[in-house]
Amino acid sequence: MTGITVARRAGAGTIRRAGLGPLGTAAAGVVVVAVVLAVLGPALSPADPNASDFASAYAPPAPGHPLGFDGQGRDLLARLLEGARTSLLGPLLVVALSMAAGTALAIAAAWAGGWLDAAVSAALEVVFAFPGVLLAMLVAAVFGPGLGAAVVALAVAYVPYIARLLRGAALAERGKPYVRALEVQGAGALAICLRHLVPNLLPLIAAQATLFFGYAMVDLAIVSFFGLGVQPPDADWGVMVASGRSGVLQGYPAEALLAGGCVVVLVVAFNVLGERLPGAAGAGGRPWRRTGLRTGRRTGRRGGAA
Amino acid sequence: MASYLVRRLVMLAATLLVSSLVVFAGLSAAPGDPLTTLSGGRSLPPQTVALLVERYHLNEPFLVRYASWLGGAARGDLGVSIQLRQDVSALIAARAGTTLGLIGYAALIVVVAGVAAGLLAALRPGTVDTVVVAATAVVVAVPPFVAAMALIGVFAVGLRWLPALGDGAGLWDGVRHLTLPALALAAAAAAAVARITRTSVREELGREHVQTAVARGIPYAAVVRRHALRNAAVPIGTLTGMTVASMIALAAVVERAFGLSGLGATLVNAALSKDFAVVQGVSLVLVTAFVLVNTLVDVGAALLDPRITLGGRS
Repeated sequence: MTGITVARRAGAGTIRRAGLGPLGTAAAGVVVVAVVLAVLGPALSPADPNASDFASAYAPPAPGHPLGFDGQGRDLLARLLEGARTSLLGPLLVVALSMAAGTALAIAAAWAGGWLDAAVSAALEVVFAFPGVLLAMLVAAVFGPGLGAAVVALAVAYVPYIARLLRGAALAERGKPYVRALEVQGAGALAICLRHLVPNLLPLIAAQATLFFGYAMVDLAIVSFFGLGVQPPDADWGVMVASGRSGVLQGYPAEALLAGGCVVVLVVAFNVLGERLPGAAGAGGRPWRRTGLRTGRRTGRRGGAA
Repeated sequence: MASYLVRRLVMLAATLLVSSLVVFAGLSAAPGDPLTTLSGGRSLPPQTVALLVERYHLNEPFLVRYASWLGGAARGDLGVSIQLRQDVSALIAARAGTTLGLIGYAALIVVVAGVAAGLLAALRPGTVDTVVVAATAVVVAVPPFVAAMALIGVFAVGLRWLPALGDGAGLWDGVRHLTLPALALAAAAAAAVARITRTSVREELGREHVQTAVARGIPYAAVVRRHALRNAAVPIGTLTGMTVASMIALAAVVERAFGLSGLGATLVNAALSKDFAVVQGVSLVLVTAFVLVNTLVDVGAALLDPRITLGGRS
């Protein structure tokens, strides 16, 4: 009864997916290293990320400053390390919020069925309309720029995608004999959902959370790039690409490319990892049905189905 | 088919209504009164305040305000920009061309480069395939603002082939100025389309009807064109349409990066300067375009593949 019986649309690949494979392991390694660097950031940092010295603007790498300086003479390595914190914390909050809300909605709809399910499904279809970045801009205009507003906006924009994906799996799980057996034994709906449905859906939830982490990272970086997310003197990879833009035009691309490179490496790692986690089988589906995120970077998963 | 179209049409109307409500509700959700939001915290002379109160029906209940705003929007009246002292619809009309050109150019790159690379990989297993698969795996994860920086650094600053900034004047100069932005916008999408082209063409080539056609001696090029590529058109077309839709929001990124004065850049500037009428107007236009393109993609896929209407919603 407590055995892990995840709903898999495709039976094939169950055994093959048991491990992450070499590429998946490397991706997991990249993520772990990034998290460790972000947590230990201030301890490893060679300098104060906000201390500027205009004499060393765009100065090349020097002893003690392995990556050189940005246009305001701030140490680039220190700023990358400092930026890793907001650049990882933001997506984490987005994913936690949207996964919690999406899972709750999906299970409630699948469990209740009937008109509630129909209403939730119809509402989700309608809410699909808002690209995350656009909603974040609207929210920033209303509540003022900042990471908090952007996080909430993106989480709201992601919920329909997550809820839709999980609803199908929850529906399949609800129809399984063990759920009926628990009901006959007199277990309450909430207890069955929390103790059995959610744990059994966990591999799928984890795989989706990993993929959405990558999307959220890009979307948050875009919002910060606009100047509507993390606010400038603070280091963030999106902010650094924006402030590095003038450096690129003057022939000093280090800041923009290093910060952008960090985003790309981590997004690749999260995509690879999300596709290789045990729950990822549910994400493929028939190619002509949209299963992914419509706002942009969903394409990574689609293309990677091969 | 007819019932499917009707259902899509009803959904389209509902979606547009809800998204316009979200765009409008921002005005009331803002902290402080709507007047402060509309003026962006600027202090205005009393006659302007009276004008705003009258124009936005600020003394009326929410639904009345919404209805009059939506009615105005439907007639092309989206209010006045506080910052630029210009009609929002005139502003949108002046800026939409750049965004349309950018998205059209990028869509062309996505279709041509994406399908060509995917087809090449599908038909040439081995080294070519491996190179395309590896390259697209990386490019697909490069977000437009990073692609923009890399392209500016290499082609505008390093090689000086193309201009980095501005809109350009005239057709040829305009195209030159749009080339790098369009490439930045198209890169990840083209890689994604290449990957799905490769996968679906491979899948179709392995099907029995294609094998039969090959065995009958029909020229291989004709088999690929008529049987494999035509059947692969549904997933390729759907993904292409969806990426074009996503470009409507992402165009803002490259417009900011390349200093183009399109709709997206206008929206970002308005959000930064708290010019709320412009934020509402441009958001409404962009969301409407996004919803329309997505609906067209769905209907187009259903026309190409009748199984979709038969299957209904999943």
